[in-house]
Amino acid sequence: MKYMDETAVLKQIKSRIRKNNIWKSVFFIATILALLALAMLIGRIISQGASFIDWDFFTNFSSRFPEKAGIKAALVGSIYLMLVVAPTSVILGVATAVYLEEYAKKNRFNDFIRANISNLAGVPSVVFGLLGLTIFVRMLGLGKSILAAGLTMSLLILPVIIVAAQEAIRTVPKEQREASYAMGATKWQTVFCVVLPAALPGILTGSILALSRAIGETAPLAVMGIPVIIHFLPDGLLSEFTALPMQIYDWAKRPQEAFQSVAAAGIIVLMIILVLMNSVAVMIRNKFQKRY
Amino acid sequence: MKKWKYLSMTALLGSTLLIGACGGETSGEGTNSGNGMEQTENGEAQLTGSVSGDGSSTVAPITEALVEEYKAVQPNVQVSVGVSGTGGGFEKFIAGETDFSNASREMKEEEARALEEAGIEFTKFEIAYDGITVVVNAENDWAKNLTIEQLKEIWIEDGKAKKWSDIDPSWPDEEIVYYAPGTDSGTFDYFDEVVLEGEDLVRSAQLSEDDNVIVQGVASDPYAIGFFGYAYYLENKDRLKAVKVNGVEPTREAIEKGEYTPLSRPLFVFVNNAKIKDSEAFYDFMKFLLENAGDMAEAVGYIRLPEEKYEEGLKKLDAIK
Repeated sequence: MKYMDETAVLKQIKSRIRKNNIWKSVFFIATILALLALAMLIGRIISQGASFIDWDFFTNFSSRFPEKAGIKAALVGSIYLMLVVAPTSVILGVATAVYLEEYAKKNRFNDFIRANISNLAGVPSVVFGLLGLTIFVRMLGLGKSILAAGLTMSLLILPVIIVAAQEAIRTVPKEQREASYAMGATKWQTVFCVVLPAALPGILTGSILALSRAIGETAPLAVMGIPVIIHFLPDGLLSEFTALPMQIYDWAKRPQEAFQSVAAAGIIVLMIILVLMNSVAVMIRNKFQKRY
Repeated sequence: MKKWKYLSMTALLGSTLLIGACGGETSGEGTNSGNGMEQTENGEAQLTGSVSGDGSSTVAPITEALVEEYKAVQPNVQVSVGVSGTGGGFEKFIAGETDFSNASREMKEEEARALEEAGIEFTKFEIAYDGITVVVNAENDWAKNLTIEQLKEIWIEDGKAKKWSDIDPSWPDEEIVYYAPGTDSGTFDYFDEVVLEGEDLVRSAQLSEDDNVIVQGVASDPYAIGFFGYAYYLENKDRLKAVKVNGVEPTREAIEKGEYTPLSRPLFVFVNNAKIKDSEAFYDFMKFLLENAGDMAEAVGYIRLPEEKYEEGLKKLDAIK
């Protein structure tokens, strides 16, 4: 006995499979297009700049001769900058997220704060540059120092870190907190020993991605007047410095064509740093996520 | 697994606290503090201190070269120079944040007034010549020579789209495409003053802080016109054509002899007098700058001043010390 008409089913299935294939190829093409653009960009940069990358490129200061120009001051400056940005933004960001998620009561005022933090994440970076120039460089008299730039960059990425940390804390199951309370733990013990460790992968991933944004930003530094021509290494957090994106931009503006290649070499270095940072973020996520 | 997590968290917090603590200990020096002198083994005076400047992107290549060379002479003097454009540089000079300011135009009245209000005395030094070069596409075989009046006619905003044939009926009936330096640059200001005489630049002009964008733009459009500093023309001679202005071609000789008027202009360094008095290192750097600016300017594509001008500058420098 037949329960269904096989030919009719086959016919229908054929058209469904076809539809399926069409959509599959649409999505595939979309992915490939994005990847292709990226590959072309990277390919061009590498073919242009790779020949300029050698040991001297890392140990020389910038120069009027393209073959002698190096990235030393900018690389060291960017590392110093990260030494300021990473602790300030992560500590402040995570603390704010913990407060908002664990302690703050649900009322209008706290909702207002939450909404504003999300809004802050969308403020253009130039605005943060102006803020940094007014407050840190001029009012607090920090000058065009690593500290002033670092604090400005911290403010820039703070909203991103807060939002990421909030999301991470929110994903920690309520049962875990309740179990902790049931064992007699205090709020602080629960937060520090249960919630934060569970949320750590999310927090770290978000923070590292935010930090890689900070390392590539030019606009706030340009607004603050961070110098570009610098032939010394910073000797403290109040020292003047320059950063990778500023140096790259300066090279790209030079009249000599060879400097375009030097700029490309600088971009490769910046890109490698970004890829390294992002892979650390991915590693952390993979290492911890398996547990749930 | 769990240990790993605690470990990394303690490491995270620990390291941040540690770095924070380190940060507190470093008592850095301000921008322009310290000008001690040390004797080296060979008895030569080694200066220490820091010098900071900002300003024109046109002057920047000369400064870069000077800073590079100066490091070999005085390795302990820390010179830092920003590239915020002439206007941006003056803003920081007025705020007292910089010791010197590079400029590719004269100081404006309001800038001078602001300096007076801030109580900052300054001295102007000429360091090199530049010739603003008007360029067209390599295929452009009609605009070989333009008078200043024609330039004004081309670049002024008069409310309608302009064609080359509007300037001269024998020229092609095609719209002019404009590329110009950004409004924060001294090059723009200078052009604005001598060619446009204060009137508005065509609104359709594409402005860019990066002169290479102008090079690219003009090189890729047969009906384009643009202008920028001589150094950019020198590097792109094979892709662009320079237009004669009032019959004079922008060449090294014409600019040096002052024949390429009115588009040849001096490049300046403005110096804060008080800081020269305060800082031995700054004085020494400025002396080095005036002694070597000619060579360095030539090296990066600008034109040296007559020797007397540098000597005059050195005398001025000694006078304010």
